[in-house]
Amino acid sequence: MPERYEEKQRADIGTQEAESLPGSDVLQAEAGGMAGTDQPARSLWSDAWQDLRRNPVFVVAGLLILFLIFISLWPSVVATGSPYNCDIANRNLGAESGHPFGFDSQGCDVYNRTVYGARASLTVCTLATLGAALLGTVLGALAGYFGGWGDAVLSRITEVFFGIPILLGGLVFLSVIKSGSVWPVIGLIVLLGWPQVARIARGSVITAKQNDYVQAARTLGASTGRIMLRHVLPNAIAPIIVVATIALGTYVALEATLSFLGVGLKPPTISWGSEISTASQQIRNAPHALLWPAGALSLTVLAFIMLGDAVRDALDPKLR
Amino acid sequence: MGRYVIRRLLQMIPVFIGTTFLIFFMVYALGDPVTAMFGDRAPDPATAAQIRRDLNLDKPLWQQYVLYMGNIFTGDFGQAFNGQPVLDLMRSAWPITVRLALLAVLFEMIIGVTLGVISGLRRGRAVDTGVLFATLVVISIPTFVTGYVLQYLLGVKWGWVTPAVSSGAPWDELILPAVVLALVSLAYTTRLTRTSVAENARADYVRTAVAKGLPRRRITVRHLLRNSLIPVVTFLGIDIGNLMGGAIVTERIFNIQGVGYQLWQGVLRQNAPTVVGFVTVLVIVYLLANLVVDVLYAVLDPRIRYA
Repeated sequence: MPERYEEKQRADIGTQEAESLPGSDVLQAEAGGMAGTDQPARSLWSDAWQDLRRNPVFVVAGLLILFLIFISLWPSVVATGSPYNCDIANRNLGAESGHPFGFDSQGCDVYNRTVYGARASLTVCTLATLGAALLGTVLGALAGYFGGWGDAVLSRITEVFFGIPILLGGLVFLSVIKSGSVWPVIGLIVLLGWPQVARIARGSVITAKQNDYVQAARTLGASTGRIMLRHVLPNAIAPIIVVATIALGTYVALEATLSFLGVGLKPPTISWGSEISTASQQIRNAPHALLWPAGALSLTVLAFIMLGDAVRDALDPKLR
Repeated sequence: MGRYVIRRLLQMIPVFIGTTFLIFFMVYALGDPVTAMFGDRAPDPATAAQIRRDLNLDKPLWQQYVLYMGNIFTGDFGQAFNGQPVLDLMRSAWPITVRLALLAVLFEMIIGVTLGVISGLRRGRAVDTGVLFATLVVISIPTFVTGYVLQYLLGVKWGWVTPAVSSGAPWDELILPAVVLALVSLAYTTRLTRTSVAENARADYVRTAVAKGLPRRRITVRHLLRNSLIPVVTFLGIDIGNLMGGAIVTERIFNIQGVGYQLWQGVLRQNAPTVVGFVTVLVIVYLLANLVVDVLYAVLDPRIRYA
């Protein structure tokens, strides 16, 4: 370990603006070295990246997700035609040449519908995760750092949100807002998802702010903002990233479930959830119309869950 | 212990008020229950005003909420918009969902814990890898997909079970829906038990038990399992809320006329009294389950003693 601390020290002196607080970062590294238990942030990240690159689970999940991002950005490259190009004469037909997944009850090509469905899922899960993570981190970090009445209020609010199962809240909330586009779904997931991140962020910031190097920075007269952004947050962010990565997969499934229940995304937006819901009425005649989007959905969730598992293993060595 | 329970019950009150008010706000303030009663037609203004007055909807929101909660605690959940008392709907729906959830929790406990113990004790071997892979796959398939696929395969194609549940919802017809409902949580229970057992298997007290020459079975059940189950119990308690939420999906697929089905119908038709009533009871169940979990902690782990 000692060579890593030296590395960190050198890096600190090299990159951070030495003119404002020349001593604090050296002191920070020294305090970390003396305590011996706190890993310097940068070596945790490079460690994690080393681990991830060698983890086959991460590689498989990463490739799958890159592919999904590709088809949601440029679906027309992979698709054979427009997803709205439907002919009722083809109703419920099985696979044939040029139409590998067959047709659904409206005579639409299931392959094209499935390809174009990726965009909605990915948009919702990435934006919702980003939103929930940002809001949760900011509120949780402020509450954890300052404590006091703000912390008490935030803790009560999180408890209130934890009292509502997310699917139930989503059903009630979205049934009132009858838009069917991605925005209310994203808004809802952010609204119901941030307390989970906030709770983790709060706990993690409370742990990080008790470290010696934070005390040292404060003694040297660093401003609260600087302590928060440069000393506390970098050392508290790992658990937040883990929660957010795992949330990606859950949110894909949540969006599909809400769309399946008829309150999430609605036509003309193509989503796997509503495709499955429509196909479920014809499951006796055309099971393929249900199985293909269902397979795509499950594969997407699987990819994100695998990514979450790999990131957690890499960032939290204690769990191994 | 008694004092701890009372303190926890008191702490629940603000959470209960906050949660129910949030739902109340969503249904009554964001939506318009009176317009919803008339469907697509525009209501006659005088009739609408009359209904608003009868249902206290002309008062400020906080006053509506207080009146509503006052009624609930005297056992009056109001009427659904078709004139049926919400309490009647609950009487027919709750026993069904309780049976469904009980079966699901039972599957989680028996199958999940067993699989978890087996793979935790054989960490790194083929069984363990197999269980880990299987649970990963199960977790990534959303409940409604498993529901339809199993219903199609077992109910329609192979004809092993009846694809839809009859209105009385007898125990045997609920087995497949309960498996579907439990599946994702079962996978989580398995993984959690596995981690916990694998960790505790290396603990000093297990080595002591082995050294004393206790039979393997007794070590696993009395020493290892008892300590490993603590996180699992927490998970199961919190999961009861998820099961109730998941019941919305499962009950829709298998046409079970329980709480989830009523809630879904209520939400689709914007039947405000039904939705708020059912959600309020669900929140109470959820909070009580969390309390039971905290109390069980002390029973399972003698080191935890509440003052």
